[in-house]
Amino acid sequence: MSSTFDQVATIIAETCDIPRDTITPESHAIDDLGIDSLDFLDIAFAIDKAFGIKLPLEKWTQEVNDGKATTEQYFVLKNLSARIDELVAAKGAGA
Amino acid sequence: MQLEYFQLIDRILDIDIAAKTIKVEARVPEHNTIFEGHFPGYPIMPGVLLIESMAQTSGWLLLALMKFERMPFLAAVKEAKMRGFVSPGELLSIDATVIHEGSGYAMTEAKVRVDGKLRSNASITFSHIPFPHPDLRVYMDAQAERIGFPQQVLLP
Repeated sequence: MSSTFDQVATIIAETCDIPRDTITPESHAIDDLGIDSLDFLDIAFAIDKAFGIKLPLEKWTQEVNDGKATTEQYFVLKNLSARIDELVAAKGAGA
Repeated sequence: MQLEYFQLIDRILDIDIAAKTIKVEARVPEHNTIFEGHFPGYPIMPGVLLIESMAQTSGWLLLALMKFERMPFLAAVKEAKMRGFVSPGELLSIDATVIHEGSGYAMTEAKVRVDGKLRSNASITFSHIPFPHPDLRVYMDAQAERIGFPQQVLLP
């Protein structure tokens, strides 16, 4: 079974046509991979489908805009993968 | 269909909130300056306007699902296909289905048919935000009344 990061990296590679081997856990989706907000909608869609969750993009964006969080917390891929694991766990707990 | 005002939908026939589907109709005007250039001697509805008609159809469905609390805006169009010409005077039957509701965005699939035959289809992505200006909300309410938006779908 592949890790959450592996699944996310594959989604990004396929959605944004980025070579898979250039995507690492330390990659910042925006700053390093050059993914813009519109492309990220396609990624969010694929992640939502793959993991059966709903990435709270609006909440995250608001927190970043309000200075309550940094983009690194949500868009560095190891952190994004951790957030996904949390959402999956929360969904499982609520089921 | 009032192309001058970018009002491409004439009437909502049905909205099914549970199924997240909508059906509307719109008649292409017999005469419009657009057809003078598109094309001389062979007037056809521009493909971009067919896409817009599918976007507006999808938009009304999203407005219904979001209880008119947020306004959808066109963000991306994928796999848009123009499968046949649409001529002045033809009646379009347009339907759309929401295939995903994300956080701040939604995706739909829409189809345009004439006499039951598929003329165009597209996958469309919308971003949506709270109504950014009260005038826009007033305008959308007026448009909803114009096209017979079924207010009962907004009831709990």
